[in-house]
Amino acid sequence: MILDSDRILVQGITGREASGMVEDALAYGSRIVAGVTPGKGGQQVHGVPVFDTVSEAMAASNATVSVISVPAVAVLDAALEAFAHGILFCLVMTERVPRLDTCKLLVIAERAGCTVIGPNTLGLIRPGIAKLGTIGGRLDNVRQSFRLGRVAVLSRSGGMTTEISSFLTNRGIGQSIAIGVGGDPIVGANFTELIKILENDPSTDAVVIYGEPGGAAEEQLAEHLKREPSRLRINAFLSGRFVDEIEGVRFGHAAVVVEGGRGSVRGKAAALREAGVFVADRFDDILEGLS
Amino acid sequence: MRLLEHQAKKLLANFGLAFTQPLLADTPAAAMAAMERLGKAAVLKAQVPFGRRGKAGAVRFVETPLEAQRAASELLAMNFQGVKVTQVSIEEKLTFLRELYAGVTWDTQAKRPVALLGAGGMDIEQCPPECLARRIFDPWIGFTAGMGREMSTRLGLKGRTLVGISEFMKKLAHAFLMSDAVTMEVNPVAETLDGALIGLDARVEIEDDAMYRQQDRMAALGQLVSTTTGRPPTTLETEAQRIDAIDHRGVAGRVVEFDGDLALLIGGGGASLTVFDAIRRYGGKPANYCEVGGNPTEEKVAALTKLLLSKPGVRKIAVIMNVVNNTRADVMARGVLMGLERSGREPSKTISVFRIPGSWEQEARAFLAKSGVEALGRETSLDAAARMAVERNGSP
Repeated sequence: MILDSDRILVQGITGREASGMVEDALAYGSRIVAGVTPGKGGQQVHGVPVFDTVSEAMAASNATVSVISVPAVAVLDAALEAFAHGILFCLVMTERVPRLDTCKLLVIAERAGCTVIGPNTLGLIRPGIAKLGTIGGRLDNVRQSFRLGRVAVLSRSGGMTTEISSFLTNRGIGQSIAIGVGGDPIVGANFTELIKILENDPSTDAVVIYGEPGGAAEEQLAEHLKREPSRLRINAFLSGRFVDEIEGVRFGHAAVVVEGGRGSVRGKAAALREAGVFVADRFDDILEGLS
Repeated sequence: MRLLEHQAKKLLANFGLAFTQPLLADTPAAAMAAMERLGKAAVLKAQVPFGRRGKAGAVRFVETPLEAQRAASELLAMNFQGVKVTQVSIEEKLTFLRELYAGVTWDTQAKRPVALLGAGGMDIEQCPPECLARRIFDPWIGFTAGMGREMSTRLGLKGRTLVGISEFMKKLAHAFLMSDAVTMEVNPVAETLDGALIGLDARVEIEDDAMYRQQDRMAALGQLVSTTTGRPPTTLETEAQRIDAIDHRGVAGRVVEFDGDLALLIGGGGASLTVFDAIRRYGGKPANYCEVGGNPTEEKVAALTKLLLSKPGVRKIAVIMNVVNNTRADVMARGVLMGLERSGREPSKTISVFRIPGSWEQEARAFLAKSGVEALGRETSLDAAARMAVERNGSP
C-alpha cells in the first residue's frame, strides 16, 4: 500500500505552502527525504536537503513518491522531470492547472507507469502512518480527524475528505486511507482507478465516496462495478442536488454529445444505486452498514 | 471565457479557417447601413454567448435594408437568458450544397481532447450515432489530417469533401490546443457550390485558468464574457466579486443570489454544496449560495458578512464549514463578528449557527463566547448544523 515504505520527494519544497506541509508531514511520520527547488540547491527545509534537479535528488535519496507544489505554470515541467527519473506515484497539489497541461502530464505518466493524484488536491493520509499534502491542516486537527481503521475515503473535495473522516472517527469508525482525488474536471486517478487498487488492499473493507455535479467519475465507477462487482462495501454521498434544478445555460453541442447526458447528481445517484452502491440521501446516512 | 460569435470567427480565422464575414451593428440604423453595403440577402444574428439562438428567434433572414432595420430593432430589444442584446451581426446568406458539424472538446472520462465530425449540421445532438464520428487524440501529437480522413470515411464522405473537411478538422484541433480552449465548434460548416468549406457560425470557450498565457490572443478580440454566469450578475453578486478580489488570499465569494431569508456563509466548495442541499431539505430558504475557503482574510470575511446581511428580508446568517484544513476558524470568527458590528447587528441574535471545527477551533470558540455566541463543534454534523440553522432562522 502507498506510504507503507515509500520515500518522498517534494518538488517546490521552499515555497511557503510546501514548507509548512513538510513540517507537518514529517512530524506525522512521513518519510520526506529530499526536496527540489531550481536555484536553491544546497539549502535545507526542516532538515530536508534541497536540490536543483530531480536527478540529483534521486541520486541522493532514491525517492519513489513525489509531491508537487509548484506554481501552475511550472507543474507540467516539474511532473515530466519526476516521471523521467522513475517516480511511480505523484501527487499534484497545485490548483488552477490548465487542463491541456494536466492532459499532457497524464499521457506521459501512463507511459512511465506512474499513478497521479490531482491536480488540485489537498493530498492523502494513511492515519497513524503518514500523510502527503496539507490534508487535515494543523497536526492537532489531523490527529483529531483521522483514526486508523478499515474504511477508505475517496473525495472530489479536499475539505469533505477531512469532514467525512472526522465524522467517521467521531462515531468510532477508522480509515485505512483518505484521498482527495482533486477538484478539477480532469484528474489522474479517479474513483474507478482507486477502487481497483483498494480491491487488493487487505487493510480496507469498505469505501465512502464523495461526489459532486459535473464530470463522469461517478458514472464511470458505476459502469466498472457492473462489469466487475467489488468485494468492498461502497457508500456514496453526492452533494449539489440543487444544481440539477438550475436551468443550465447551454453553449454548443460538443459537451452534450461527449458527456451523453452524464453529469447530473440525480443521474449519478441512479447509476451508482443500479451498480449496488449505497447512496446516502442525507450526509449522516453515510454510516449505513459501516462498523 | 466564452467568445461571442464574431470573436470566435476572428480567432479561428487566424488559424486558417474560412468564415462568412460579419458586419456589426449596435443600432437599427447601423444595421440598415450595413445591409446597404452588403447589397444581397443576409442573416442577422444577436451577438450573445449562448447556443440555440435560432430556436429562440435570435436569427433573422432579411432581403432589404428596411427589413434589416426592422429585424435589428426587434433583436436589439431582446433579452436572451436575461442578457440584453446590444449588438447584431449582418452577414451574407450563403447558398450551399451541404452542411457539416465540426467540433473539438474535452472527454473528461478519457482525459483527452476529442474531435467530433458530423454529417448534417445544426441539431447534431439528435442525429443517430452513424452520422457522428468521434476521435480522441494525444495533445502531444495533435490531430492529423489522416485522422480526419478516417472520420470522414466513417461518415461516407468522399472526394473533395473528405479532403477539405479533414484539413478543416486539423486546423480546428490545432486552434483548440494553441488557444487553451474548453470547447470549439463550427456549426454548420457549409460546402459551397465551388467546393469551399465555410463556417457559418462558431462557438468558442477558453479556459479561465489558462488566460495568463492567452492574453495577447484574447486582447485582440475585444471584451470577453465571463463563463460562470448564465445571467448577468445581480448587484449583490457583483459586490461579492469585488470583495473577493480585495485580496488574493483565500476565497470569500462565488456568491449566487437566491430568493430567501437565510444568509449563508459556507465553505469550502464541497461542504457548501452539501449544506445548501441540506438547508433546502429541511425547508429553509437560502438567500444566497457562496463558497469560502483557502484561509481568506478577516477583512474579506467581514465585508462578505455585511454584504450578505444587507439583502432585504434576510433574518439571520448561518456560518457552516467542513472541518477546516487550511482555513483558520479564529480568523473566520473575527471576520464574521467584525461584519456584524459594521451592520449594527447583535451577534447572538443574528448568527443562527457557527460551525467551523478544525484548525484554530479553540481560539474561535473562546472569541465567539465573549460575544455570547456558542460555537458548534465537529460532533454536530453538517446536516445537523443545517437543520439547526433552519429552525433558528424562524418563520417570517
